[in-house]
Amino acid sequence: MKKKILVLIALITAISAGCTGGQTQGGGSEGSGADITIAIVLPMEHPSLAEIRDSIALKLAPIQEIGRINVVHKNANGEFSALPSIMQGLVADGTDIIIAIATPTAQAAKAAIEGTDVKLVFSAVSNPVPLIVDSLTDTSANITGVSDFIPVDEIFALAGILTPEAKTFGFVYNPSETNSVTNIQRAKDYCDAAGIAYKEAAALSTAEVATAAQSLVGQVDAFFTPDDNTAASAMAPYAQVAIENSIPLYVGADSMVIDGGLAAVGINYTRLGEITAAMALNLVDGQSTAQNPVIVVQDYSRIINESTAEALSIEIPADKLGSYILY
Amino acid sequence: MPLLLRGSVELGLIYGLTALGVLITYRILNLPDLTVDGSFVTGMACAAVIAQRGHPFMSLAAAAAFGAAAGCITGFLHTKMGIQPILSGILTMTGLYTVNLYIMGGKSNISFYGQANIFSAASKLGISKLIAICIIAALSIAFCCVFFKTRAGLAIRAVGDNEEMAKASSINSDGSKILAFAISNALTAISGAVLAHYQSSVDVGYGNGMVVIALASVVIGESFPVSKGISISFAFAAIGSVFYRIIIAYALKLEVLPTYGVKLASAVIVAIAISLPRLRAMLPRGESRHSDA
Repeated sequence: MKKKILVLIALITAISAGCTGGQTQGGGSEGSGADITIAIVLPMEHPSLAEIRDSIALKLAPIQEIGRINVVHKNANGEFSALPSIMQGLVADGTDIIIAIATPTAQAAKAAIEGTDVKLVFSAVSNPVPLIVDSLTDTSANITGVSDFIPVDEIFALAGILTPEAKTFGFVYNPSETNSVTNIQRAKDYCDAAGIAYKEAAALSTAEVATAAQSLVGQVDAFFTPDDNTAASAMAPYAQVAIENSIPLYVGADSMVIDGGLAAVGINYTRLGEITAAMALNLVDGQSTAQNPVIVVQDYSRIINESTAEALSIEIPADKLGSYILY
Repeated sequence: MPLLLRGSVELGLIYGLTALGVLITYRILNLPDLTVDGSFVTGMACAAVIAQRGHPFMSLAAAAAFGAAAGCITGFLHTKMGIQPILSGILTMTGLYTVNLYIMGGKSNISFYGQANIFSAASKLGISKLIAICIIAALSIAFCCVFFKTRAGLAIRAVGDNEEMAKASSINSDGSKILAFAISNALTAISGAVLAHYQSSVDVGYGNGMVVIALASVVIGESFPVSKGISISFAFAAIGSVFYRIIIAYALKLEVLPTYGVKLASAVIVAIAISLPRLRAMLPRGESRHSDA
């Protein structure tokens, strides 16, 4: 028992010692002249989300170099129950602007900044209304940000050009991802209106993506997966199922095409990051969030994977798809 | 009180209700229950859906009811169907994933900002968030303390201590176990529900690893040099949870450990604390054993 107490005391001492260390660090950055601290928070490590973060950091770097701002990075690494603590830590540290990437991060930030004058800029949130703000133009509560959604109609139009014989689509996605559920709902609305049949298969983890796709083989003519983080992390086995069964695979992110998907009209994450950073810099320059309504990014990257197309013996009509990058 | 400390105390007391639940199954009943990862989110989901419709306080009751139902299923699978307790918990937790999404109308994330929640109702009465959470925690601890002194509570403790003896004293051991699972998961669900109100939002990802977090809180609470009466255990499970949150919050803030280190840190705390008696027994000198007595 004594030992347990000793361990506990040691832990608490270490923490309080750490506290003092942290404070000195904070003082140091103030000494360097940076009077505004921007924190960039990720919910987990993931190619698309990391691309946004890197793009934001790159855009903020010159301002950081001249000492006007101080940039802090945080990552919840999938530990959602730690998100409130991370956000409270940032607010307690005197962070001025929190850039929260993805929905759960933005919600935790919103709860933590309530009653303070910390500003929140969210990024990569597919449906900010009503999850974060009441309307895209009402950004008076110190909260604004950048929203994105994939152009579902363009993806189906592309499918109509590349594989016109595809009549039934198989939707493979993770129903616990907000962005996926939103985009799948939009895809369903589109298909219902256009008279396209569809079937669904849920993949709750990266390990289940290929199995989910396999379960649809024989029932569908094409696969469709939006910007689903789970599927994006399991593109290799997913694409293998698609190619082995000669099923074209349409996706909602360029990284998913690079990893084996057939084609995508997806969000340009670098551009998304740049727009987010620009918005944060407006706030650094003294603008209010009310002056910066939510921006919906509509810069898309269009990309087709040539080797996948070849494996599926699909010909790419260059005249119709001139704006597409061939990978 | 510094902002981060206050936030950690608030979160610690909220997650502390889950620690109370885990204390019941793991310490009193002596059965590990993994249902918690699912029933925590069930509580969050009920809270969000019902608070959205304008009934913040009823949402807590609904969360408790659904949590208790989840606990009953685990208890039923274990006692009546003869499935091992860990597997029963895993099965219920897995099933709850679908149930939780169903409750949330197929959405994985719900916000109810701006709508009446228990904290906005409390602030109208001049009660701050921290006080409101303290009241909820105190009521829950008081409930546990009183309940485990009643006939039904004593029966659960008897089953946990010595099931054969309890049966011989004509205690309905299956019923007692199911009741314990139900109360445990009801507390867990209330914990999730209060967190949902605190955050004004719900995401299905919040339940991950909740069992180990709660266990870590319980063992931290047990490391305090106090008598081991049952009421004291409940109070210190909640206090352990507060300490756990403070440790995690400062560790994250100071980047002592990366966020992905939280799980390992929790697992190590639990493993060391639980194996301490064995480690001590391995020591050649008997001194430390005396100090514990």
